Amino acid sequence: MSALSLEQLTRQMAAHRADFPILAQMVRPNVPLVYLDNAATTQKPTAVLRAVEDYYTHMNANVHRGVHSFSEKATAAYEAARDAVRDFVGATSAREIIFTRNATEAINLVAYAWGLANLRIGDQILVSEMEHHANIVPWQMVAERAGAHVLPIPITEDGQIDQDAYQTLLGSGRVRMVALAHVSNVLGTINPLADLIRMAHEVGALVTVDGAQSAPHMPIDVRALDADFFALSGHKLCAPTGIGALYGKRALLEAMPPFMGGGSMIDRVTFAKTTYADLPQRFEAGTPNISGAVGLGAAIAYLRGIGLEAIHAHEVALIQHTMAGLADIEGVQMYGPSADQRAGLVSFTLRGVHAHDLSAGLDQAGIAVRAGHHCAMPLHEKFGIAASTRVSFYLYNTLEEADHFVQTVAAVQRFFAR
Amino acid sequence: MDMYHEAILEHYRQPRNWGVLQPCDIDHEEKNPLCGDRLRLTVRVRDNHIAEIGWSGEGCAISQATASMLGEIILGKTLEEARQLTKEDVLDLIGISLGPVRLKCALLSLKVLKVGAYGLAGWQEDDSR
Repeated sequence: MSALSLEQLTRQMAAHRADFPILAQMVRPNVPLVYLDNAATTQKPTAVLRAVEDYYTHMNANVHRGVHSFSEKATAAYEAARDAVRDFVGATSAREIIFTRNATEAINLVAYAWGLANLRIGDQILVSEMEHHANIVPWQMVAERAGAHVLPIPITEDGQIDQDAYQTLLGSGRVRMVALAHVSNVLGTINPLADLIRMAHEVGALVTVDGAQSAPHMPIDVRALDADFFALSGHKLCAPTGIGALYGKRALLEAMPPFMGGGSMIDRVTFAKTTYADLPQRFEAGTPNISGAVGLGAAIAYLRGIGLEAIHAHEVALIQHTMAGLADIEGVQMYGPSADQRAGLVSFTLRGVHAHDLSAGLDQAGIAVRAGHHCAMPLHEKFGIAASTRVSFYLYNTLEEADHFVQTVAAVQRFFAR
Repeated sequence: MDMYHEAILEHYRQPRNWGVLQPCDIDHEEKNPLCGDRLRLTVRVRDNHIAEIGWSGEGCAISQATASMLGEIILGKTLEEARQLTKEDVLDLIGISLGPVRLKCALLSLKVLKVGAYGLAGWQEDDSR
């Protein structure tokens, strides 16, 4: 890869656009879709769409139940997807992978199953100021029931975790859990997780990583990070909506009570007492999203075929190009680290134009971005803004799209000039 | 940019009845949690009529322009007449069709009026109250 210039790399990536049928759609006549809202959800390649269709066409049956051919086929496909996720995040055992609806449900699983069993009155949960609501609210809900406290870890002006403040907070001796995003969905910050996790472990705290914005874009190794829990959403990495996964260290998961009750998660049920199934079934009550899991497996195979390092390098090239362009527009304020230290997204405000108006203006040019607080209200409050506009790239975006975006931002600003 | 026709832009750039009135008889603020838009309405009532109004707040062109336009309409009306205004009236007033997200921007000012002037707590955009 190092032999390729970034320019060559981005050209090479453009070849993958043909894998995504939606990218050939028009937003309105003669206005092609320029999809730059990938941190919200990503588009799906034909390989994933086919895998889902193939599952329903050739093997649909319930898993882990029927002793018949199709149930066995479906079970094999479902478990193959679990193994694909295991390998994707670098876990040792497929028992450490729990399928969920999304990263939000994965975090809720940890918060409720681990939290209610382990948190005591006066215990503390640290949550960074750059967290998505998904990694704040479940902890607040569980803390309230357990009598524990959720404390924010401050971030610096350039959007990094304030490590001195973090160390001080850890020194309370009451911290049991730290909730951290791997990559911020607003700032694009790539947190130095290995260090942050080591610091937590030194005081006996566990760490739950929200990997929703990292897993789609860069190689993940939960063992190298020494993460205790790691949550991801399939739909942000080319898989269908409604499928996600939780990685948890086996010893931790084995010691946790179930999250939801129902079929599949039991060992033996009587009205006197029910005992629970082993991992991972204990945490997968009811019929799971089998086709979604199969789609997730196909998405992982697709992404690995391209290479996560290549995807990351491509997105870094796009964001550097975009941020350089935005910096030339007067009145643009960008939030977060410099372009060489972030993932492929940036949030910004434009003086004189509200984020909704900018987004509507971009939409007229076929460009899809996110406008609002991006489910991170505390972070926006910290920066003293009500809303921002976020542009986020994926493997199929091009330098031409980035240029089109920057030029349109400037055009919208001229339109609204008072 | 069909959504931003001349009247909308004109009201956005030069909003009518802008600025908080103190003292006043009605003072209420609402927020749109989706985008953080904020709108405050202050009203002076005389002889059961809306005698003076003052808006303040921040938000997108649609929410700000609609507040300005709605203010012009309710000024001079009796409280009961103003209460009868509906979502359809506001949409007719601004003369554009909006998707579900931007609809909330357009109806924020009506919500401030309904909740602030008439105590219709929990008023939603699809309410007929």
